[in-house]
Amino acid sequence: MAVSSKIVVRVEDLHKRYGNEEVLKGVSFAVRQGEALAIIGPSGTGKSTLLRCINRLTEPDRGRIFLEETEITSPHIDINKIRQQIGFVFQDFNLFAHLTALDNVRLGLMKVKGLSKKEATERAMHELARVGLAEKAHAYPAQLSGGQQQRVSIARALAMDPKLMLFDEPTSALDPELIGEVLQVMQHLAEEGMTMIVVTHEMGFARSVCHEVIFMEKGVIVEQGPPDQVFLNPRQPRTRQFLSKISELYGGAR
Amino acid sequence: MIWESLPLLWRGTLVTLELTVSLLAVGLLVGVPVALGQVYGPRPLVFLMSGYERFFRAMPVLVLLLVFYYGLPPLLPAFGTAVLVFGLHSSAYQSQIFRGAIQAIKPGQILAARALGMTRLQTMRYIVLPQALRLAIPGWSNEYSGVLKDTSLAFAIGVTELTRQGDQIVSRTREPFLIFITVALIYLALTYLGTWLLELLERRWHVPGLTGQRREEHGRVI
Repeated sequence: MAVSSKIVVRVEDLHKRYGNEEVLKGVSFAVRQGEALAIIGPSGTGKSTLLRCINRLTEPDRGRIFLEETEITSPHIDINKIRQQIGFVFQDFNLFAHLTALDNVRLGLMKVKGLSKKEATERAMHELARVGLAEKAHAYPAQLSGGQQQRVSIARALAMDPKLMLFDEPTSALDPELIGEVLQVMQHLAEEGMTMIVVTHEMGFARSVCHEVIFMEKGVIVEQGPPDQVFLNPRQPRTRQFLSKISELYGGAR
Repeated sequence: MIWESLPLLWRGTLVTLELTVSLLAVGLLVGVPVALGQVYGPRPLVFLMSGYERFFRAMPVLVLLLVFYYGLPPLLPAFGTAVLVFGLHSSAYQSQIFRGAIQAIKPGQILAARALGMTRLQTMRYIVLPQALRLAIPGWSNEYSGVLKDTSLAFAIGVTELTRQGDQIVSRTREPFLIFITVALIYLALTYLGTWLLELLERRWHVPGLTGQRREEHGRVI
């Protein structure tokens, strides 16, 4: 699906400091509708912090963020209303442990969106089917594999009908053989035109699925461009270094 | 002789049960907010809640009972005073049971709830409390068996609960051994009954991976 020219999220000069350490030192970028943006880079360089600032799970110190025309960093905003429109997928799934897969997906629909139980159930079952887990609707998180849990958490986020999906290293906590099923779901999502930002170490995914790649290090964007450019012809020596280190480890962009 | 005493002992048993159930309810209603305050509150609230909890845990409940009943202007009858004092005392202990249970919940779930757009209150109501209540049952069962026996201290301010009822029968019949042994057996039965009911509840609320199963897993590996 084509990327439109309409901007869904815009980040301007974002700063965040934890104590003495400045983890984000002025980050700016924009994501257009239907675009899948990958953020890559070494651990501890502020990628997750950046993602969490976008729905203000972490409060940025300075800078502005817009979701379409709404400035979500404005103090007058009802952040709960904004968060309903932004799906968030965590590295360690964070499913609600006392609820079945179905209830995990249904809870937000009923309590946040105010859908009736019947509507919420239909919607939730549809989303579970979309990630291939309709038959696991009544399983508790502990009865699911990591890959299945992550797919449920994607269904939980999608059920809210978000304008934007944020993925925070969604496959980093998974056994290698379970990574594929999650990436596949994400790939379908990108193909259907979901606007998404994916923090990832899966270079193959970034390269083959995403429209744009950002390489971040030490709180700044070092390089940004289409995947072919960043992976094949990086302009910055630091990007080149990082990518060759990764391919040493994993045997190339998988 | 014991048969003639049974109706009176039954009446005492009912008073003991009423006291126990009411004080546990007061303790629950006060203890859960104290625990939430200690875990999620701003600094001053944490300080206040911890002060409250430490004060009531430090006081002998009999001394509290005497202070509230004889030392303060009379506000409540003896039974009401006993419920209040035992309840506040228990709330301090219960708050720690719930604090432990709340802190056993993986914090990522709170983030996930907030990321869906839930308010703080909704997160408490739908994510934290349902899990904390389940995780608290074993500790709560302990608290039940403790306070059940503490209620005999209400004797001191004239509440005719089971022990006082027994004592009054003894003063008429001069059969202390028989009567007090019966009283003791009733406490034993009440303890068994209560903990059994709580076990039923634990099983009914069981969630794989959250409760119960851990016991099986622990059993298997140790």
